[in-house]
Amino acid sequence: MTPIEALVESARGDVERLHADTGRMMGICNSCRYCEGYCAVFQSMERRVAFDAPALDYLANLCHHCGACLYACQYAPPHEFGVDIPRSLARVRLASYEAFAWPRAFGALYRRQGTFTAILLALALAAFLMAAARLAGPDGLFVAKAPAYSFYAIFPHGVMAALFGVAFGFALVAMTVSAVRFRRALGQGALAPLPAAASAARLANLEGGGEGCYVRSGFEHPPTSRRRTMHHFTFYGFLLCFASTVLATFEHYALGLKAPYPLTSAVVLLGTVGGAALIVGSSHLLVLRRQRDPRLSDPAQATLDGTFLWMLLLVSATGILLMVLRDTAALGVALAVHLGFVMAFFLAMPYGKFMHGIYRYLALARHERERREPNPYGFSEG
Amino acid sequence: MSLEALEHDVVVAGGGNAALVAALTAREEGASVLLLEGSPMAWRGGNSQHTRNMRCMHEAPQGVLTGAYPEAEYWEDLARVTGGDTDEHLARMAIRGSSSVRDWMMRYGIRFQHALGGTLHLSRTNAFFLGGGKALVNAYYRAASYAGVRIAYEAQVEDFEMDGDRVRALVVRHGGTLKRVRARAFVAAAGGFESNREWLREAWGEVADNFVVRGTRFNRGEVLKALLAKGAHPVADPKQGHMVAVDARSPTYDGGIVTRVDCVSLGVVVNREGERFYDEGEDFWPKRYAIWGRLVASQPGQVAYSIIDSKALGRFMPPVFPGEGADTIAGLAGKLGLDATALERTVARFNAATRPGHFDHAVLDDCRTEGLEPVKSHWARPLDTPPYYGFALCPGVTFTYLGVKVDERARVLSAGGGAFANLWAAGEIMAGNILGRGYLAGIGMTIGTVFGRIAGMHAAEGARAAA
Repeated sequence: MTPIEALVESARGDVERLHADTGRMMGICNSCRYCEGYCAVFQSMERRVAFDAPALDYLANLCHHCGACLYACQYAPPHEFGVDIPRSLARVRLASYEAFAWPRAFGALYRRQGTFTAILLALALAAFLMAAARLAGPDGLFVAKAPAYSFYAIFPHGVMAALFGVAFGFALVAMTVSAVRFRRALGQGALAPLPAAASAARLANLEGGGEGCYVRSGFEHPPTSRRRTMHHFTFYGFLLCFASTVLATFEHYALGLKAPYPLTSAVVLLGTVGGAALIVGSSHLLVLRRQRDPRLSDPAQATLDGTFLWMLLLVSATGILLMVLRDTAALGVALAVHLGFVMAFFLAMPYGKFMHGIYRYLALARHERERREPNPYGFSEG
Repeated sequence: MSLEALEHDVVVAGGGNAALVAALTAREEGASVLLLEGSPMAWRGGNSQHTRNMRCMHEAPQGVLTGAYPEAEYWEDLARVTGGDTDEHLARMAIRGSSSVRDWMMRYGIRFQHALGGTLHLSRTNAFFLGGGKALVNAYYRAASYAGVRIAYEAQVEDFEMDGDRVRALVVRHGGTLKRVRARAFVAAAGGFESNREWLREAWGEVADNFVVRGTRFNRGEVLKALLAKGAHPVADPKQGHMVAVDARSPTYDGGIVTRVDCVSLGVVVNREGERFYDEGEDFWPKRYAIWGRLVASQPGQVAYSIIDSKALGRFMPPVFPGEGADTIAGLAGKLGLDATALERTVARFNAATRPGHFDHAVLDDCRTEGLEPVKSHWARPLDTPPYYGFALCPGVTFTYLGVKVDERARVLSAGGGAFANLWAAGEIMAGNILGRGYLAGIGMTIGTVFGRIAGMHAAEGARAAA
């Protein structure tokens, strides 16, 4: 066995052990069922008797990580059964991100998120700053050309569209392949896309059965709605920014309206409100992560989670900054910096925490469908 | 924290549901309250952490409860399972109290849900706690702490210091030393003695060494023992308790709900000699749950083996430990350590005695044996579809019923007549007044909650009067 093969073998062994241990815990949960009211994980668990890798990947991606089941668990450590569902499912989730990545080898990036993002960001920022300096011509980058100055005087529209088209296209392909792989792992069962969208839109499974979700230790502090609220800010902020981009593209190509758009235009308003919501949401989620009971989290994923939030925060902050500075001499630099962040964000999407949304949605789509079907294992203490 | 520094109005000995309810109630009445939980924080809550629901009376659908469960029916159920070993007056107080106490509970963050998957038979009578008993315990501790109840963990009450019929102080082991904890009023809510091995052996003899304790490892009965030594009137037999047939591989303590083995009715159960000893198909889960622990306890070695074939798979609640499996009955006997010839003979006799019928696990069906002793009166189908599976069973004690006698104000009564002047009791330590034998799912939490309220209220009142 070559050293590489040995490494792969040992990693596979780790995942197998993780699956075996999490499956063991799920067996205990399925015999107990006290947490059934909390979320979809336990409701779907009751429809199964075997917890193999595909079942665990499904349940792990259904888990919204609210933490309620750890505090409620009579078998959690120090009990010898050592049932520790939030953290174990978090680990299974990460292993599933790695397994479903495309290209497969890039799955390793999930555990090297800090290095990966730092390198991407450095390259993207350097490239855009150099390009901006070069394209700005002999006057240099810091020349105010306001008003009515166009971004496209710095980066011609065609260049921007081509660059981001390629980056986003790649991300889209990679994410689609991963999604298809996960969908296959979910088995033959049909999906219920609309109820899943409704559930995701409300984060119904982060409600802990109506109580809320845990940040600090549930042995001392009550559940709150803060994580859910802040995720809403982040998610809907992201959607508004996305809508702004789509609208701008439409206006550009279909209506021939060229940037920059007036401050009161729909494109700018959507982007500004979205960006502000993203800043509020992601910065609060970063704070809540710091406050979170360490018992709930997999320490190996701190960078994975944190990097994604920081990127969301910085992409939106540089976007807002660009809007503020767009009539000043700093426009060129601000634009290059923002584009650098956006580019790095796009390229990192298929190998970072962004993917949780895709897998979770698919898992929810399966869950929402199967809960409408009769339970194949309708046991009763009868 | 110095337990001796302050004199509290009310000191509660115990840290489970009844103790927390009493502490919160006394606090509502304006008393300063100290709660002494004997366990470390991680194990707090006594047996309440293993519970899942509370049996509630209701005249019409109410919240998560379906249909109606009127007082008369509740009382009849209790009278039946206890065989009259109950105090009707106190029992009816608990029953009536259960119809309204849930609103009070919800104010402190307790959430209810419909019956869990697989427990539909309880959806009319029992309100389930969202997340189970440990979630309830957490909510109460958070509320108690917020309300200003002082809480001490690893504070074990060892003795009561008396002054005539008044308790002057508790002797408490805390932080490695003995301390005197004074108060105007006291509530004893520290559970039974099921995790005290010596006491179990005293009550049951050596067979008790083969029991596991499904409940908390911290119910060692110190408070109960001290109270009885100070002349409290005992109630219920020390041998009475809730005992379930559990997987013999269960942990010694705190096995909780998952260690139950739920396939008894789908096959045969044999003892160490490979002989059947009781009608496996007598009744539904609630009754089986209540009696099979004692049945196993009466068998040699306090062990029995539940044997099923593949037809039973997928028909019972998933077991926490996988069963032993084999393609032949003799092979299974080998794996279980039973005599192969004896087990084969028992299964062959059983198979021959089964009569064709319409198998339906949801009703008392007509699949029964004929000419077999003991009979299997329902769900009797031949064991003929390999692989066969077997689970070793042993008795698992949930809680013991021996307690102290109380009056309708939850005041502890003296064996010599009269009552303790400033001592009230709630929960398992007095549940034997109402549940002297048998078992009714969820009634422990009913008694604990209703009498926790009563004890907390009267203790606060007593403290005011003594101030």
